[in-house]
Amino acid sequence: MAKAVQEIDQVVIRFAGDSGDGMQVTGDRFTNATAILGNDLATLPDFPAEIRAPAGSLAGVSGFQLHFADHDILTPGDSPSVLVAMNPAALKTNVGDLTAGGTLIVNEDVFDERNLAKAGYDANPLTDGSLAGYQVFQVPLNKLTLGAVDGVEGLNSKELLRSRNMFALGLLSWMFSRPTDGSEGWIQTKFGKNPAVAEANLKAFRAGVAFGETTEVFTQSFIVKPATLAPGTYRNVTGNTAISLGLVAASVRSGLQLVLAGYPITPASDVLQDLAQHKAFGIKTMQCEDEIASAGAALGASFAGSLGVTVTSGPGLDLKSETIGLAVSVELPMLILDIQRAGPSTGMPTKTEQGDLLHAMFGRHGEAPLPIVAPSTPADCFDMVIEGARLALKYRTPVIVLSDAFLATGSEPWKIPDAASLPDLTQAFSFATEQNADGEFWPFIRDPETLARPWAIPGTPGLEHRIGGLEKSDGKGDVAYDPENHHKMTLLRAAKIAGIAKDIPQAQAEDPDGDASVLVLGWGSTFGPIRAACRRVRKNGHKVAHLHLRHMNPFPSNLGEVLGSYKRVVVPENNLGQLLKLVRAEFLVDARGYHKVTGTPFKAAELESVLLEHLGEV
Amino acid sequence: MTEANGHGNGNGSGGGTPHPGSGVEVQLTKKDFESDQDVRWCPGCGDYAILATVQGFMPELNVPRENIVFISGIGCAARFPYYMETYGFHSIHGRAPALASGLAVARPELDVWVVTGDGDALSIGGNHLIHSMRRNVNLTVLMFNNQIYGLTKGQYSPTSEIGKVTKSTPFGSTDYPFNPVSLALGAECTFVARTIDNDRKHLTDILRKAVAHRGTKFIEIYQNCNIFNDGAFDAVRDVRSGRGNRIYLEHGKPIRFGQGEDKGVVATGDGTLRIVDVEEVGEERLLVHDESALDATRAFALSRLAHTPTGPTPIGVFRSVQRPVYEDLVTQQVEMARERSGAGDLDKLLHAGETWTVS
Repeated sequence: MAKAVQEIDQVVIRFAGDSGDGMQVTGDRFTNATAILGNDLATLPDFPAEIRAPAGSLAGVSGFQLHFADHDILTPGDSPSVLVAMNPAALKTNVGDLTAGGTLIVNEDVFDERNLAKAGYDANPLTDGSLAGYQVFQVPLNKLTLGAVDGVEGLNSKELLRSRNMFALGLLSWMFSRPTDGSEGWIQTKFGKNPAVAEANLKAFRAGVAFGETTEVFTQSFIVKPATLAPGTYRNVTGNTAISLGLVAASVRSGLQLVLAGYPITPASDVLQDLAQHKAFGIKTMQCEDEIASAGAALGASFAGSLGVTVTSGPGLDLKSETIGLAVSVELPMLILDIQRAGPSTGMPTKTEQGDLLHAMFGRHGEAPLPIVAPSTPADCFDMVIEGARLALKYRTPVIVLSDAFLATGSEPWKIPDAASLPDLTQAFSFATEQNADGEFWPFIRDPETLARPWAIPGTPGLEHRIGGLEKSDGKGDVAYDPENHHKMTLLRAAKIAGIAKDIPQAQAEDPDGDASVLVLGWGSTFGPIRAACRRVRKNGHKVAHLHLRHMNPFPSNLGEVLGSYKRVVVPENNLGQLLKLVRAEFLVDARGYHKVTGTPFKAAELESVLLEHLGEV
Repeated sequence: MTEANGHGNGNGSGGGTPHPGSGVEVQLTKKDFESDQDVRWCPGCGDYAILATVQGFMPELNVPRENIVFISGIGCAARFPYYMETYGFHSIHGRAPALASGLAVARPELDVWVVTGDGDALSIGGNHLIHSMRRNVNLTVLMFNNQIYGLTKGQYSPTSEIGKVTKSTPFGSTDYPFNPVSLALGAECTFVARTIDNDRKHLTDILRKAVAHRGTKFIEIYQNCNIFNDGAFDAVRDVRSGRGNRIYLEHGKPIRFGQGEDKGVVATGDGTLRIVDVEEVGEERLLVHDESALDATRAFALSRLAHTPTGPTPIGVFRSVQRPVYEDLVTQQVEMARERSGAGDLDKLLHAGETWTVS
């Protein structure tokens, strides 16, 4: 009997299990199958910093949330309507987020006394009636998986059981009408080196699909039709992948060798690892002895005439500050990628936060301004890395790109651009080849337009010169302690950065009716939740405008004017009000903040109520 | 010049630098390496002698000036690049090896020098120094050891002797000092040498040997700070009385020293070395120096003959061995990737993985 297929416009699914249960890989795979189907989507992986916390413990629960729809969506969803819980701990930590009446799929085989105790359950929630508000499907995942992989040789039962996440993937693939060919091919490739493991995973996956189709437990499946996206070729990207691709593109489009120096740090290590794969582009990567060295190596490479890049997270940015200050002083291009995470100190390495804006802005001794850019979505990381490289090369300055853990690990469909359509970065710079001061080379004679100094690289005859962290005389660049000269050089360095405002797009708020009185000002990864909240507010007949900054320093030149044209400016941030402080100080605007530092992104509903409150006041 | 000479020569012009515009090759002289900057070390500082010797040696390098880069950190020694008419970068405290490593990786054909001091290299920059050595980055590291912090006016350094009374140790230093040569050997450095600021001939000889080596060259130079630590090296540095304490290491020769070469070095049963009277033990028992020994044990034992230079102290090349150079390996991987899959194609990369098309 064919089962009913119900069409729905969107769904939020969360996979939750033990760190060792393979939830991230399951979520990733489901996401790719969903992307290929043409749904719009957004994802939110959520995992502990510990690689393997004690099995079955609450601390060891790892989750992956995916929101997909037949229309344009902006966030991974506030709360899942489908929860797959692989053990009692996963149920306990996640069921509170499940929407009322939501679908709950649990692996009933592991709800034994021991696992219930580990999760802190006094009674079995599957039998005590506490889950009555949900549609619960108890699936004997262990038994079914072991049954499915019967006959696979060379693996013991513990190893065979590891395939149960693929059983769950198969079941969900059936339930949401995801194509299975891609996943089967992916399993073959991923486990190809170990045929027994590949066979077990494939069998478990197929059994999961078949279980949905044939058993009477499930009476219907769902279909979410493709979203209407602009024509083009798409792929799904995380923010970190987009950063890596953006770096390669910046190298290709500038014609410069890229040298990326890094030190492993969550959640930034992906970028170092990815770039190490792309050596065919002439890219050189260095895993240095520490964060300081990796900043130094990047700056050394820039002095040599390469595009020097270093990638890190907050703790690493602390350590790189010294070198970034030197880069400001010697005025060389350099790209610093900070994938922000919850701080202070080690904080919560896998959780998101926007806590480094003021650090990026002011975290160096002396007057040391530099440009800061911030991508808004995972795919936007690609564009903003290229923009960061453009500014660094054109103005011979270090540039900080502020991403965060939410963007880094979250993903969305990305319309792949033609390489030829990307910014031509060769226009941004040229190496000095001629002496510029009456038979001499003066390294600090500035371009009158950009105030950038010449980039004269070793190997260029006649331009031998010395630079360093000591103050330099204007023009000639000799060591100088003259008071007026230091004042002038400080002003020149500041004017160079401030002048970039002429070279970036004007701020333009999204204000559909053009007469909203409340403006929401955001930056970085809050784009999705803010935009989604604005849509909700508008649906209820209110007017609200949204302005999302991608250039954090300098600000767009008309920003003050835009902020001043609204009665109320609200600045939601995943920090305690860092952009808020900047705009209040810069523009004397009575902006109001909304702050949350839970390590998780804002929810659209939460921001909706914040906006409604402000709308009620003005 | 041959490949084996560790110095890149980017444009292959060999013996001289083509002056811009002239197209004529000119043999460079010491003067060509003197920048227009006033040298600002204290009068009588050992740094002057080192600067003059390095500038005097430079023409012998046969590398065009534009292909030479001097990188330094912070400290008295770190002002060195300003005085050299080459490319130069006066960076931040302790970080010169990090910047130099990035530079060398980006441009392996350049001839990169690091000028540092005992505080810069062994204290704040210790980590970068040891890691550049184990990687074997092609750098010539000149470490001026004066056993004191000079630029900050006289605090004890990581090479100061225990008990040393300085401004920050009024009751004497409680820190046990590093032996820089031992440290470099422990860090897998492929070329390790020691010389003295006022021995121009020996310093030049060491520079000559260093530049013939590809890899990290670590040269400790005993340098007198006549303001804050005058006479720290008199036991070996003094032109008259110090001679007898210099144990000159010469590859392939028995290790002898002292007035009339009456002293020598022999190996003992436990792997350590001992100083003996040659007459007592006989010349045939003397240790023959082998700087090319792959195992650094003997070189290390030599470095232990004097933990601080207060008595007989080995001077010269302790170790000179071949090992693949870091930036060469990095470059090879790039070349191999290109051989395997051709030069990178950006459109192909952007479209990699699972894609779908919306029409």
